[in-house]
Formats: sequence, C-alpha cells, structure tokens
Amino acid sequence: MNILSLFPAIPLLMMLGLWISKNLKQIHAVMVTGASALLALSVALVVLYLGMRADGQIAAMLFTGGFTWYAPLNIRYDVGVDGISVAMLLLSSVIVFTGTFASWKMTDGAKEFFMWFCLLSIGVFGFFISLDLFTMFMFYEVALIPMYLLIGVWGTGRKEYSAMKLTLMLMGGSALILIGILGIYFGSGATTMNIIEIASLHNIPLPLQKVWFPIVFIGFGVLGALFPFHTWSPDGHASAPTAVSMLHAGVLMKLGGYGCFRVAMFLLPDAAQELSWIFIILTAVSVVYGAFSACVQTDLKYINAYSSVSHCGLVLFAILMMNTTATTGAVLQMLSHGLMTALFFALIGMIYGRTHTRDIRELSGLMRIMPFLSVCYVIAGLANLGLPGLSGFVAEMTIFNGAFMENDTFHRVVTVIACTSIVITAVYILRLIGKILYGTCTNPEHLKLTDATWDERLAVIVLIVCIAGLGLAPMWISGMISDSVVPMISHILN
Amino acid sequence: MDYSGIFTYMYTETALAGVIVATLLYDLIAGRRGRRFFHGFVCFLMLAFIAGTIWPYSSAEAEVFGGMYVYNPVYGIVKSILAIGTLIVFLQADTWLRREDTAFKRGEFYVLTLSTLLGMDFMISSGHFLMFTIGLELASVPLACLVAFDKYKGNSAEAGAKFILSALFSSGLMLYGISFLYGTAGTLYFDDMGFMLEGNALQVMAMVFFFAGLAFKLSLVPFHLWTADTYQGAPTAVTSYLSVVSKGAAAFTLMMILIKVFSPMIQYWQLMLYIVIVLSITVANIFAIRQKNLKRFLAFSSISQAGYIMLAVISGTSYGMTSLIFYVLVYMAANLAAFGVISAVEQHSGGKLDMDDWNGLYKTNPKLAVTMMLALFSLAGIPPFAGFFSKFFIFASAFEEGFHVLVLIALLNTVISLYYYLLVVKAMFINRNDTPIAAFRTDASTRTGLVLCLAGILALGIVSSVFDGINAFSFGCL
Repeated sequence: MNILSLFPAIPLLMMLGLWISKNLKQIHAVMVTGASALLALSVALVVLYLGMRADGQIAAMLFTGGFTWYAPLNIRYDVGVDGISVAMLLLSSVIVFTGTFASWKMTDGAKEFFMWFCLLSIGVFGFFISLDLFTMFMFYEVALIPMYLLIGVWGTGRKEYSAMKLTLMLMGGSALILIGILGIYFGSGATTMNIIEIASLHNIPLPLQKVWFPIVFIGFGVLGALFPFHTWSPDGHASAPTAVSMLHAGVLMKLGGYGCFRVAMFLLPDAAQELSWIFIILTAVSVVYGAFSACVQTDLKYINAYSSVSHCGLVLFAILMMNTTATTGAVLQMLSHGLMTALFFALIGMIYGRTHTRDIRELSGLMRIMPFLSVCYVIAGLANLGLPGLSGFVAEMTIFNGAFMENDTFHRVVTVIACTSIVITAVYILRLIGKILYGTCTNPEHLKLTDATWDERLAVIVLIVCIAGLGLAPMWISGMISDSVVPMISHILN
Repeated sequence: MDYSGIFTYMYTETALAGVIVATLLYDLIAGRRGRRFFHGFVCFLMLAFIAGTIWPYSSAEAEVFGGMYVYNPVYGIVKSILAIGTLIVFLQADTWLRREDTAFKRGEFYVLTLSTLLGMDFMISSGHFLMFTIGLELASVPLACLVAFDKYKGNSAEAGAKFILSALFSSGLMLYGISFLYGTAGTLYFDDMGFMLEGNALQVMAMVFFFAGLAFKLSLVPFHLWTADTYQGAPTAVTSYLSVVSKGAAAFTLMMILIKVFSPMIQYWQLMLYIVIVLSITVANIFAIRQKNLKRFLAFSSISQAGYIMLAVISGTSYGMTSLIFYVLVYMAANLAAFGVISAVEQHSGGKLDMDDWNGLYKTNPKLAVTMMLALFSLAGIPPFAGFFSKFFIFASAFEEGFHVLVLIALLNTVISLYYYLLVVKAMFINRNDTPIAAFRTDASTRTGLVLCLAGILALGIVSSVFDGINAFSFGCL
C-alpha cells in the first residue's frame, strides 16, 4: 500500500474505533492514537520527501501510485504529492492533532462528534493526495457535508441558519467545480482524469478554457472565501464548535486556494492569463473588505472570521500574480494562516468556554485572570498582523514581494491597495488585544475563572511552536514549496 | 414454430410465472398454521428466483415468438434489479401486512405485486408494440388495486382512483401514438420500424404521444399531477414499489424504445427531453421544499429524481444506458431505505408522517435516523455514498453528448435538492422535541430490508464492479 493512502485510511480506522468505543476514555484513546499517528506520518512524509528530492528525483509528483477505478470513464484512484501538497498534509495533521485536544472537554455526543470530525479529515487528506480529478472532487465533497451536522448539532448561536447557509453555498461551489471538471476532461481529450496528464497534453482550446476557468475558479473560490462568495464564512465560523472552526478555517479553506491553483490555473493556463485581472480585482476587494469588516465586529469569532476572509483573499491574490515568489508566498500564507487562525479559534473557544460570552464589549482585563491564554492570544494576534519572527511576516512579505515584481501599472496599483490590509489588520488586532486583555476586569464573575488546563495548553503550545518555527526558519519549507511551484508556474506561463 | 424459447431465453418470465402460481396456491392451500410462514415462503421463493435468474443465459441477443419477445443480457440485469427491489419491498411490507386489517389479504398483495413485476419484465423484453402494451397494462392495472389496498381508508381509495384514471388516460394517449406509428410505418416490430421512420410530422406527433404515455408512468413534469396524492394515499409499501420498481422499469423501457425505434428522430426526442428534464427537476424541487408530509415530500423528490434519470436517456449512448441502470439501482437502494424507515415509523407510531413529528428522532431511534440520513445523502448525491457516483455518471453521459447547459441546470438543482433533504436531517438530528416518537424495535424482516439497502448505499459506489458488469452489456444509438 502506498504511504499516501494511509492518510485517508487512518481516519477511517479511527471512525471504526470510535464506533466500537464505549466511553469517553476509549474515545479519547482512539482520537489521540490516530491523531498522533497522522502527525508522525506527515512528519515522516516530509523527511522522506526532502530526502528523495535531495537524491535528485525531479518528477513533478513523488510517491505516485493508484489503480483503475471506473474503467469506462477512465476514472482512477491516483495519488502523489509535490512540495505544496506535502506542506498542506503537514498543516492538516497538525490541525487535526491540536483540534482533538481543543475539543477534549466535549462530552455531549462526543462519539458522533469525533466520527464526523474524522470523516471531515478523510476528505481533507484525500483531497491533498489526489491526482485524479474525480477522486479529488469526491474527497472535496466528503469534507463538506460533515460540516452541516458538526455546526448544526454542536454549534452555538444561529447554528441552524449558519450550517444551512454554509453547506448550500459550498455545495453550489462544488456544482460549478463538477461541471468544470467534466469540461476539462472532455475538452482535453485525455485518456485519464489525471491532472498531470491533462496538463501535459495542454490542448484545451482557448474559447473552452475561457468558459471553464471562471467556473472552476469561482467554484473553488467559494471555499477560499472569494468576494462576493464569502458570506458563508463569518456565519459558519462563528457558529461552529471550536475544533470545527479550527479545522475549517485552518485547513478546509485551503482546499479552495489549493484547488484554484492546482485545477483552475494549472489545467486552464491560457484562460488564467487572460482572465486573471477580474479575479485579481475581486481578491483585492476580499483582502481589504475583510480587514475593514473585522474592524467593526464585536464578536471575537466574527473578527477572526473576517480576518480569515482577508487572509485567504491574499492567498488567491498571490496565486493570480502567476510568478514563483508570489505563489510560494501564497502556499506559505496558507500554512501560516492555517496555523494562526486555528490558534485563534482554539483560544476563542477556550475563553468562551469560561466566560460564556464572545462579545468584546463584555470582556476586559483577561490578562490578570488567565495569563497563559492571554499571552498566547497576543502571540496569535502578532502573528496575524505580520510581526517578524512569526509565520505571518514570512508569508505576507513573500507575497507582496512577488506581487510587486509584476511591473505593470495594474498589478502595482492593486498590490498597493492589498498592502493596506496590513495596516488595517494591525488596527483591529491591537484594538482587540487592548480591549479584552488589558485594563481592569469589570465583570466580577470573570475574576473566579481559571487558566488553561493541560489539554488546552498542549494544543496551544503545539500551534505556537509551529508558528514560531515557520517564522524563524522558513527557508527549508519555502524551498520545498518553490521547487514545486517553479515547474507549475512555467507551465502556466507557457 | 419453436416454443423452446419459453424455457431458455424467457427463463425470467417463466420462473416468475411459476413463483406467482406457487404463491397463489400457497394462499389457497395453507391453513391457519401455514399462513404464519407465508412471508418466509414468499421471500424464500423470491430469493431463489433472483439467484436463479441473475446470471445471463447467453451474451448474445435472441428472439422468441418471431421477434415479439427479445432476449438481451442487459434486459436480464434490469429485471434482476427490479426483482431485488421487489424482494426488499416485501421484506419491509411485513409489519404492515401483519396488521389485522390487512393480514387476510396478504396473498393478494404478493400476487398483485408479482403480476406487475411480470408485466414490467415483458415490457422490458418486448420487441413489438403489442407486447409492449400488454406488458404495460399488466404492470399498471394490478398497481391500481395495490394503491387502493387499504380501501376502507378514504385517501387510499382516492389515490387508487387517481392512479387508475391517469394510467388509463396515459395508455389511451400512448395507443393513439402507436396507431399513428402503425399508419406511417406499416409495422409494429421495433427492429423494422427503425428503418421506416424518417421523422415526418405525424411520426413526431406519434412519438410525443408515446412519450407522454410513459412520462405519466415516470411522473415527469407536466405529467406529474397524480403523483403526490397517490404517493400519500397509497400504503407505504406500495408507494415505495411505485416510486422505485415501476419507475425504473418505465425509465429503462423508454430509453430502450427511443434508441431502438426512434433513433432516426434523435434530434426531436432530445429536444423534447431537454425541456421535460429542466421542468421536472426544477418544478419538483421547488414544490418539494414546501412539503411537510414525508410521503408527499418523497413524491416530489422522486419526480426530480426521474428528471435526473432522463439525463442518462437524453445521451442515447451505451454509456448513458449503463448510467441509467446504475442510477436506477442506486436510487432503488436509497429510496427503499427512506421508505423503509418511513414505513417502520408509521407502523410503530400510529401513522406519524409529518416532518415536525420526526423532530428529535435521533434521540429515540438513532439507527433508523442514521439510515434515513444516509439514504437522503445518497439521494442528494453526497460522497462517499452511491448516489454521488450515479449522479456523476449521468452528468458525464449527458455532458459527453454536449448538453453542457442542461447539466449545469441539473447541477444547480442538486443544491436545491440538498436543501430539502437537509431539512429532514435537521428535523431528525438538530430540532428538539418534547414528545418525540417513542423508541421501538423493528422486526427482523424490516431490518433485513434496511440492511440490504444500506449495503447498497455504502458499497455500490466504492466498488466499481457492478458498474463495469452493467457496462459490458449496454447498447446505444450508433
């Protein structure tokens, strides 16, 4: 069995294990074992991958394998990874691991909750390892549907409305992706649905590409919170339980950016060049609009959700620049945003679990009461606004560097506009930190609250270590990513 | 004339006739003690029948009765699928049939249902419009009796009346169309007719009439008006039979005849189907959103599903035929599971079929709620359940023939359909209820039926061999 197939297989085994487990202890045992196995597996994959590259293997995809699934339509189960997907797999397993600990106190229907959680992660892992368009799309949809019940049953606030809105909008996006996939497959005349093969044929006529590119890009863009299709995101994130927000903002939204790059731009390169300006404008709007919206929110989760819209918009903005530096930055931003938004949502969940409010007008002076959580919140905030030494700086620096390399007026102007988001981010993050962490605590009820427990500390520390690691030593991972980005970009440009 | 074909190529129909006779005799002979094993006896016979007829007799097409009856391995596959569906309906009907007011009519239920199955088998295998009409009538008339089975209930009788009236009207329309065909082509044999049709106005009209007749059976918009009332009024077991087996047979026969007889007029029937598909899917989806009664809800869902099935027909390719048969199989597993759950809840809760009554079902009956959810997910086309794969294949088959806009419309409609399927999931899993349906245990028979359906929902998509097997025998327009 291919090592990559273990990624969806382990969550599947975890689901079986959860199914037969009888009490909370067994559930936790299954989850911790599985999540640790996934984390170990992804670290091993990174090491093996780097080793193989160091040995001079230059194939676009490594660890390839698969079998014919539905012969009449040439559907295959094909797996393989390059630097981008390896990075995404690492991110996913970190989030799954920390998400498990962040929902340690889940007792009401824990079994079902973790089963859906595992199904969600099957979809996520499967998506990143797939090379076949059909298999990829299947995993994509597998990752979407558990969200409905995870938010609808275990969520808070207007959970039913948010769950329905999120599911329907994302399914609408996936309907566009499906027709785009059919268009790409039948338009290319390929004999498989393998992405690499379709790309190497490179024979979809330009008029067809111009039809399918916007459809596929918007389809994936819905999940990547592309303006104006981002409206599911704030409601969905605000209503979702902690671990689900983490996984959703941390990993699932990256499926959108990954898909836009791997499917829409890589397979329809000519149309991508001609039509990219439309989406550059839309993503620039996402970036700035998301940041402004975050400024006026009063709910901690809404602030972070709009901040996610802004940061994920930056991912799409960067890949549309179509140069190596910006695209490497985009992947780094996916990693960085995934880690820090997961940290944010974990901390918000922990604060909410204690204070039972997320309204910033009712919170103040938390630094005295829960110093550990507050310090971590400050770190997450600083990563978010791009402080050097943390991951956000590396990613945004690379993106804006790359974007500014495009030396025509249009790209320059939109880059400058997008850059303003850095300032706006600083405004809402610093205002937020000042408001809720410092000052004096006005609510006497809050004075009795306690700081983080061991499971919460573990989740938070793992994430902070990753954020700092990415910020302090980014070269190994950005090298790995850009090695894989270079051939893809040169394919898109030629 | 050589009649040996009755026992060789016609083995399915002959065996099924044997089953019917055996059931009838058992009903006559068995005493009070013997009747207790009636259900087991019939299910065993059906199982033996399916096991005996599931493998194709030969892989080549053959004719019996001078071309009136046509044997083709792909027909055999469809017939087996319909027989399996019937068996599952029987398994799920047992709770209802053991009730005092229906127990004495148990034999009638089996014989009437099997007669319609026999009619569908003849309809599928027909090579001549006369044979086709006989098969169709044999499939419709006993169904009307079944719909009105709870005849002392007003709405069941009403449903029966609506069904028989629309069935007769559609048969009349169809016969009128067939008479045009005979007038212009001078033959009723499918094989000859293919060469005689050139697509003049009269023939187009004949085709439209013929199509309208079958569209009634399939309950495609605008021929769907009887569906919701009939589905609601009929006993749940009959509704599930009507929505799955009867519909599957009609869909396959329609495709077979369009390909065999009307292939010279392909551009006309593709245009016609185009309009009907858009109407069926969209109208049914919009109506389904507002339904509160679960049987009415599934009625509208099945109208839109029929529209999706037509996406496979419109392609006219052999790949489309494979997709159609596969879709019917998967749809059968999902819809029978949904109706099985509805039937079980209806029998154990005193007829609670309102969506609000189902609030909080997961708390009291988790297994049934999960089964229902998986069935609805499969109907909505959510992976990794089989419905995703069957939907993908019909979309691909229509897309391949260039119906891009049509596929896009159908795909956007899947989002609407997901909305109303999720409403039921929401009722069962999320909504709270102070007086939920009490916990109960279903009997072994219902459970077997549901497990078979669940196996289908979970395995048919992941395991590709069923699809490949069907694909080996399909045919299409050349």
